Amino acid sequence: MPEHPTPPEEPRPLPAMPPGPHLPGDGPASEDGAIAATGMGGAMDLATEQGDSLRKGPAGPGAPGGAGGPGGPGGPDGTGPQEKPRSLWSDAWRDLRRNPVFIISGLVILFLVVISLWPSLIASGNPLKCDLAKSQEGSQPGHPFGYNGQGCDVYTRTVYGARVSVTVGVCATLGVAVLGSVLGGLAGFFGGAWDAILSRITDIFFAIPVVLGGLVLLSVVTSSTVWPVIGFMVLLGWPQLSRIARGSVISTRQNDYVQAARALGASNSRMMLRHITPNAVAPVIVVATIALGTYISLEATLSFLGVGLRPPTVSWGIDISSASQYIRTAPHALLWPAGALAVTVLAFIMLGDAVRDALDPKLR
Amino acid sequence: MLLEVRDLHVEFRTRDGVARAVNGVTFGVDEGETLAVLGESGSGKSVTAQAVMGILDTPPGRITAGEILFRGQDLLKFREEDRRKVRGAQMAMIFQDALSSLNPVLSVGAQLGEMFTVHRGASRKDARAKAVELMDRVRIPGAAARVGDYPHQFSGGMRQRIMIAMALALEPALIIADEPTTALDVTVQAQVMDLLAELQRELHMGLVLITHDLGVVADVADRIAVMYAGTIVESALVHDIYKAPAHPYTKGLLESIPRLDQKGRELYAIKGLPPNLLHIPPGCAFNPRCPMARDVCRTDVPPLYEVTGAGPDRRSACHFWRECLDG
Repeated sequence: MPEHPTPPEEPRPLPAMPPGPHLPGDGPASEDGAIAATGMGGAMDLATEQGDSLRKGPAGPGAPGGAGGPGGPGGPDGTGPQEKPRSLWSDAWRDLRRNPVFIISGLVILFLVVISLWPSLIASGNPLKCDLAKSQEGSQPGHPFGYNGQGCDVYTRTVYGARVSVTVGVCATLGVAVLGSVLGGLAGFFGGAWDAILSRITDIFFAIPVVLGGLVLLSVVTSSTVWPVIGFMVLLGWPQLSRIARGSVISTRQNDYVQAARALGASNSRMMLRHITPNAVAPVIVVATIALGTYISLEATLSFLGVGLRPPTVSWGIDISSASQYIRTAPHALLWPAGALAVTVLAFIMLGDAVRDALDPKLR
Repeated sequence: MLLEVRDLHVEFRTRDGVARAVNGVTFGVDEGETLAVLGESGSGKSVTAQAVMGILDTPPGRITAGEILFRGQDLLKFREEDRRKVRGAQMAMIFQDALSSLNPVLSVGAQLGEMFTVHRGASRKDARAKAVELMDRVRIPGAAARVGDYPHQFSGGMRQRIMIAMALALEPALIIADEPTTALDVTVQAQVMDLLAELQRELHMGLVLITHDLGVVADVADRIAVMYAGTIVESALVHDIYKAPAHPYTKGLLESIPRLDQKGRELYAIKGLPPNLLHIPPGCAFNPRCPMARDVCRTDVPPLYEVTGAGPDRRSACHFWRECLDG
């Protein structure tokens, strides 16, 4: 489009000149005229020009005559912006797509999800098939990461270990996010005595040291599935999210639009679901994403201490734990699962950071 | 009477004590009538409006006494669920800052349409059509194309018009407008006020216009009620009050309007500050700032005297309203 350089930024529509009270049917032509007629020169002309180019911009590529101005494909509705309107979420998504941190961490996480769903895609062996004769042997063809103390293939075990880590991380985060935000959100919305009680309960849970609590609580569990570990994480994790959700709901609730919705007859549930939740959920998402990484490392910590998952479950924590005895003779058996764990946790924390940058309105 | 508020008292319990924000407010609005409630910040205008709408934050706010009669029924005796059905459908409110009064994550069409889905059980499609109709009605250009836009994509004046459209959606009998033009610049103010006044005439609604802008009041209102420290100190027809105020506070307010023919002179201001609502002075609340104050003002709370001889249905809460009227 030769006539006006379109600004590189996606155009936010300029606030249109408020048309006079009796201009409802007027087309763009007369409105442009009205603006030009101000004769204010300089800044005003620039604004008009920008307004023009913005208005024509979206019609540009396909339309032959951008220069022809109004009367083009815009038709009678030419006064409004023609691009798709953007909400907070679509804005955030646009920001995310451009953020290299998000792309890298997103790809890593995608890869992790894929291999935890279908580990046999990249590892054909059986993680439980071990041959003591090969104990602590180093890298060799077909077995790039070598063997651990039990003679199991470290590569296969590392790949299969992703499943447990991702499962624990995702399930614990979902549980914490749902429980915490429902409880915290309700407390923040209704306030009063329940809020006070809930706040004290969260204080009590905050006072429980995570590792000590895990050692005590999980040592009595006999099940070898991942669920006790997930349940423990939810139990100790929800207060964090509940606090954040509560604060976020309280600050959102004070907004005029919630008051306005109420003044126009919205019920409590409608105010909560439609007006407060979408505006208050961003901090919860951010913290939950970052927490996902820490839950994965917490699972490894608990498994390392022997109270998390137990063999024959394949987990990075278990592998790190069992390899730690051979660290001087076979460091590779420790380093590969530990590296995988570090990369995974890092990816989730980076993702959380990127999401926070995109969702935090103060940064935009 | 469409709306009648009788002896309304509202308190806020705070850490520092009880703030009596509204102390015995009495006023009424008829169908098709515009009542302007005038007063400084903190005089209890907005709290009165919130109490009438039933959107007071409780706690800390609490209505301690009074009646709010809407078409003869006391709203304070309604159950919350019934009260909710009145809001929006029969009485609606327009807020000061339209940007913050519109939900940033929902398109304006969705917010307008919500009125119909909530109260009338309309389908989404019908609600959207109604939303376009409403936007047309408040003269948003290109309504059909802009119905999916978000609040931040509209100018201040357009946002306030959308707010008005939301309030008018179900053609309520009463509108409470809480400083609807304060956040707008002067030219847009006039447009928005004109639109509001026109729609009010068309739908024959009662309008309670809360404002501190005497200029806005003179054009639009039929009657004025002046509030000070949570009470009505004077109420009268708009012309009578501008001709001769019957309360020293109203007088002070009118004298503080900057005037073109007084260029170069210092602007008049009422001395002192509005009282702290935690410690309202004994006697007449205005007495520490009043140029006419005498001993009786410091001890006796003035009742709302009937003012005679200066216009119909006129009241003043000043012991010396006669003197005030005279000069």
